[in-house]
Amino acid sequence: MKASPAVDVRHGQMPGGITPEENKAQSLRTPIRQAPVPPQLLIPVTQPAWMEPELLVEPGQAVLKGQLIARSRQPGGIAVHASSSGIITKIGQHGVPNVSGLPETCVHLDTDGRDQWLDHKGNMDFASLQPADLLHLIAASGISGLGGAGFPAHVKLLHTPGAIHTLIINACECEPFISADEALMRERAGDIMAGIGILLQILRPRHCLIGIEDNKPQALAALAAVLDDERIEICRVPGRYPSGAERQLIALLTGEEIATGILPVERGILCQNVGTAHAIKRAICHGEPLISRVTTITGAALSDPGNFEIRIGTPIHNLLNLCGLNRQALSRLIMGGPLMGTELAGDELPLIKTSNCIIATTEAELPCPPPAQPCIRCGLCADVCPVRLLPQQLYWFARSREHHRATAHNLFDCIECGACAWVCPSSIPLVQYYRAAKGEIRAEQDLHARAEQARQRYESHQQRQAEEQARQEQRRRERAALAGGKARSGDAAQNKIQAALERVKARKTARPNEDKQ
Amino acid sequence: MTMAALSSPHGRQGQTTGRIMLEVILACVPGLAALTWFFGWGTLINIVWLALLALGLEAAVVKLRGRDIRFFLSDNSALVTAILLGLALPPTSPWWLGLTGIAFAIVIAKHLYGGLGYNPFNPAMVAYVVLLLSFPVEMTTWVLPRGATDQLPGFVTSLLMIFPFADPAPAVDAFTGATALDQFKLQRGGMLVSEFRQQNSLFGRWSGLGWEWVNLAFLGGGLYLLYRRIISWHIPLAILGSLLLLSALFYDGGSSASHGSPLLHLLGGATMLGAFFIATDPVTAATTVRGKLIYGVLIGVLIYMIRSKGNYPDGVAFAVLLGNFAAPLIDYLSRPRTFGHPE
Repeated sequence: MKASPAVDVRHGQMPGGITPEENKAQSLRTPIRQAPVPPQLLIPVTQPAWMEPELLVEPGQAVLKGQLIARSRQPGGIAVHASSSGIITKIGQHGVPNVSGLPETCVHLDTDGRDQWLDHKGNMDFASLQPADLLHLIAASGISGLGGAGFPAHVKLLHTPGAIHTLIINACECEPFISADEALMRERAGDIMAGIGILLQILRPRHCLIGIEDNKPQALAALAAVLDDERIEICRVPGRYPSGAERQLIALLTGEEIATGILPVERGILCQNVGTAHAIKRAICHGEPLISRVTTITGAALSDPGNFEIRIGTPIHNLLNLCGLNRQALSRLIMGGPLMGTELAGDELPLIKTSNCIIATTEAELPCPPPAQPCIRCGLCADVCPVRLLPQQLYWFARSREHHRATAHNLFDCIECGACAWVCPSSIPLVQYYRAAKGEIRAEQDLHARAEQARQRYESHQQRQAEEQARQEQRRRERAALAGGKARSGDAAQNKIQAALERVKARKTARPNEDKQ
Repeated sequence: MTMAALSSPHGRQGQTTGRIMLEVILACVPGLAALTWFFGWGTLINIVWLALLALGLEAAVVKLRGRDIRFFLSDNSALVTAILLGLALPPTSPWWLGLTGIAFAIVIAKHLYGGLGYNPFNPAMVAYVVLLLSFPVEMTTWVLPRGATDQLPGFVTSLLMIFPFADPAPAVDAFTGATALDQFKLQRGGMLVSEFRQQNSLFGRWSGLGWEWVNLAFLGGGLYLLYRRIISWHIPLAILGSLLLLSALFYDGGSSASHGSPLLHLLGGATMLGAFFIATDPVTAATTVRGKLIYGVLIGVLIYMIRSKGNYPDGVAFAVLLGNFAAPLIDYLSRPRTFGHPE
């Protein structure tokens, strides 16, 4: 084994960025703990956009841990497995931690406490497997990206060999409060490295860069200690939010800036999160589908925050109680970090595959913003924008609904990282303005597209009508021409008719009874 | 359990607009102290007078606009306008001069344009220029600095000069006159620079007597603002750099055609106040990095042009206002390259 030292990033840089208080130490005091099996699991069968879930179980049915309970009707969806053994009691709509707040179909599973596995086995010798087989196993294990977006891993990894030259492993975890990946790296670096090995086996890139922030020396040392592949390089990036945003990390590690609208894979670069690498290792080597994940449960409203290995579908209130929730102090519940996380409508929602952190915060820790004051164009927002936008200009355009100008100032390149609003001295909810403006612009574009479609349909309708008229006119002219021709060749026609009439008469006289039969 | 859902981000760093303004006020203290030392209590009295008026006017306009008075006064921006105007006015300018100026600044230059954040021109400089054009005599009559006179007005004299309701009014002509830049421009009459400086008691070691220290004090305050990251270095450096370059180019060795040494310009008149406190007003300045440099150079060049070729001895207010005019265009033309986009 070769302990290759980490290299500091020299290539690229990220514009802007902020260094908010980390708040990670409170959840890193203890090692990863196992969250107990809750009495009831609420397992969402949510599929990526436009795909429909197909349920494979029904109420009353007993299931085992790891049993497939739902999948997508279309290819490219996410398989859903029971996270513990028990009886399905209900399948219905239930709130899930998502941005829209819309309920999703969830499988209600009353656990039996035995936590009994379905027969499963893995294959430690993954090097003997073909990329296609590995992808098939990953798809069957229901692995979605654990970093945040939750894109199905097997879809993201499906590439022709050689199409990806650089695999980037995102170990940044740059948002405050979240320490799940850090804990995972400290304690299960070997599994992560094996997962990276599987990714290398699938993609066969020229090199693999692990991007890790310089504020995680222990995690970095743990990774370096198990590093045994020439292709893998551990790169230290400055601890500055949002260094873990996909494109920002790519810029830091490779120097290449990839604009919104271009997928990194089009440039031969693919990013995966350390948590995903870990899940892939569990799936391939142990045959365990993605039924649990490591999540940070933290916040000042908890007396005992920490990182837990939690079954997907565990209701959040079970987790909060586990960590000693002070219900009086609790002001807000946030899934994810304080900068890009989603505020949860309640604690009865289940933990999902992309829940990397739950923050049960207090008013003192993350105060509600005071009323917005006027923008004084101080430009702090522009200084911290990691996309080099002009947030205060975009704010004016969004406010005055000057959508064409907002678009011309590249509003759609905004990654909604929240750095601008974080530093705004006037406490303006800038990101909210951008989201609203983007929504309005999309609605406008949609309207335009539909108007354009209607116009095209109307025009082609008119054209068809004109063509029909022209055809009729043509036929009329042909008939007229024919009529004129008849007039001139009248005798010949008359003769033909006369001949035909005579033939009929002759037939009738030959067989007089035929008509009467 | 149900809870209110807010949009991300869910926290913010502690800086507030009100505190930024307080920092600016704090950074004005050295300059104010220097002005008071060299020109008597007048500036301080004027600032108190203007601040009271500014707060009253701000409250009145905010009430007329149907807004919450306490909330809008808490941004401290009216105080900053009052203090900047107070620092720019002659120390013994009469009460009505300040009243006219601050009323113009708060009511017209600020609130008629929509209030804080919406005004295209720096309110204090708009007021200053309005006063300069309307009341040129009052606006160019300065107390002689300490060192050039032994009759520096005391607190009561300054107060009575600003509020001349006492009978009899103190004789003021004895210790007021034009400033060093004024004299340098208008009364040199073809003398060599060194010759003129020897003859004229209004010159100090590098620039105007007293003024050089006032400018150094404002420079100190400006460095504090830089250190506290209230302002960025781009605008002051561009202004001072371009002013230094031009004045060095055309110093002409101090000949009779010289427009003055770089130090005369850098430490004379309102240079440092303008570079660190006026031109950096974020509302009216350019905001992009390149834009700030262009904006600063524009102002620096204009200050030099007005001082050397214009009709006024100092040109900071005009230069800043002209810069304000150009700021939106500069911003538009100097947009940074968005991440991943071609140049």
